[in-house]
Amino acid sequence: MLAHQQHHITLPEGSIEKQTTTLNVGPTHPATHGVFQNIMELDGERIVSTEQTVGYIHRAFEKLAERRPLYQITPITDRLNYCSSPINNMGWHLTCEKFLGVQTPKRVDYLRVIIMELARISDHLICNSIVGVDTGAYTGFLYVMQYRELIYEIYEEVCGSRLTTNIGRIGGFERNFTNTAFEKLEKFLKEYPKVLKEFENLFARNRIFMERTIGGGAISAERALNYGFTGPNLRAAGVDYDVRVHQPYSSYQDFDFTIPVGKTGDNYDRFLVRNEEMWQSLSIIEQAYKKVQEFKGTDADVFHADVPEYYLPKKEDVYTKMESLIWHFKIVMGEVEMPKGEIYNAVEGGNGELGFYLVSDGGRTPFRLHFRRPCFIYYQAYPELITGGMLSDAIVTMSSLNLIAGELDA
Amino acid sequence: MALTNQYIKEKLQEKFGDIVSNFEESYGLLSFEATATNNLKVLQFLYDEPSLQFQFLTDLCGVNFPDDAGREISVVYHLHNLTENIRLRFKIFVPVAAPDVFTACNLFSSANWMERETYDFYGVNFVGHPNLKRILNVDEMDYFPLRKEYPLEDQTRIDKDDEMFGRG
Repeated sequence: MLAHQQHHITLPEGSIEKQTTTLNVGPTHPATHGVFQNIMELDGERIVSTEQTVGYIHRAFEKLAERRPLYQITPITDRLNYCSSPINNMGWHLTCEKFLGVQTPKRVDYLRVIIMELARISDHLICNSIVGVDTGAYTGFLYVMQYRELIYEIYEEVCGSRLTTNIGRIGGFERNFTNTAFEKLEKFLKEYPKVLKEFENLFARNRIFMERTIGGGAISAERALNYGFTGPNLRAAGVDYDVRVHQPYSSYQDFDFTIPVGKTGDNYDRFLVRNEEMWQSLSIIEQAYKKVQEFKGTDADVFHADVPEYYLPKKEDVYTKMESLIWHFKIVMGEVEMPKGEIYNAVEGGNGELGFYLVSDGGRTPFRLHFRRPCFIYYQAYPELITGGMLSDAIVTMSSLNLIAGELDA
Repeated sequence: MALTNQYIKEKLQEKFGDIVSNFEESYGLLSFEATATNNLKVLQFLYDEPSLQFQFLTDLCGVNFPDDAGREISVVYHLHNLTENIRLRFKIFVPVAAPDVFTACNLFSSANWMERETYDFYGVNFVGHPNLKRILNVDEMDYFPLRKEYPLEDQTRIDKDDEMFGRG
């Protein structure tokens, strides 16, 4: 019976004459590390064309933000690039502070720099080790995960959570860093360089890795700029644009670091640029930690600016003082009117320029908030990067672009 | 010579006259608007003019002002001159009844998806766009969700039977 039925399978018209194969990669596929769908036309193993579908995990962040007071938007930003949530959180706080005209103390800036650079390391660490996994080297990935764990423990010590951190407040941090946090940071600074060196040795001059990545997914500087590339992907193509240097925020001008650039913009250069950026981040953290240690006495207790309208008062004051109780209530309920105006502010996120465009009509919530999500913009270039290449290289290219579905789909 | 907001403003006024207006500077960023039909001319001029060179499209998004009759939908471009390191914001306004805007895809490849996103959420019709269809929302959706006429649900409503989620 079954055999008889098989004679009556009807194939779509033209499918026998067709010379190419259609392959559906994703939306959930172990090799895409996120929700990405690509419908590829293959000639053997070579890619003829591809069509991307995005939006599988769209959560309407921009609409949600129009109903939330500023501090309630921070948890939304967590869920953009969730490999480096603290950068998103602080990018948002910095935007609010610039908009409200809040000056943060230097100690807050330096503490933020420490956290942001830790986040950058954990972001690049994931990306580079995943490139390793996709080229067949699982070891590096498992090895460095211990140190991402240590970074997450530092976050946990500072804000209580690990992945979606909601770290800090408008004006600074919710509490001062504990001694344990600094001890963990010291442990990280002591142990991580050796690990990174070993990780680098495993890949950077590894012949298999080089042959898999050199020349794959290459883009010229000109095309990369036209496609709106930012971050390590643009730098790998040879353009030294970095928001930390071009529009310093959070006192980045006080630190001494270089911007690594590549030449060819291929998967290998992207790997090397991220790797070097981790070394630079380490050096920035060391400098920042030194500067933080210079604050003594009462200066060492400063962990936020004085922003009574947005920064929650101390809990003991809320229980004992009328004024604090009123402000606590007003802030939590979002009953503070914002000034009118509009602002665009950007930070250097894990994978590029993360921008916030805020329009306020003087109400309690933003009139409009737009997130400039770097990977949404540069993922457009993916077909151009992979067409004509092998399918297995397309997988490596996708990992090496550091695409994060949460950020892409907002 | 360092490029200044004042110079950009003069250069634009000299070239376009009445087409460009509403120059303002907020938080150090020059912002201005142009008539909707001239958006490409302005973008092209900012791109080509040797002393301006705004060749990097940072961001493109829509905004909805429902109370501003005839100018309900705004399209906002953020441009960046990377060599001089200066940004500017450029806006156009179109009526919600006929939200037609020329596409910037031929100038910036990056505009492609950003325009699709703006179409998806605000219904802006980008004339000449190679593939203008929804990008983040489902294709079957028949409205433009970020327009102000679609408010988020009132969380205090009581007419809804929503026991499973702890309400009602």
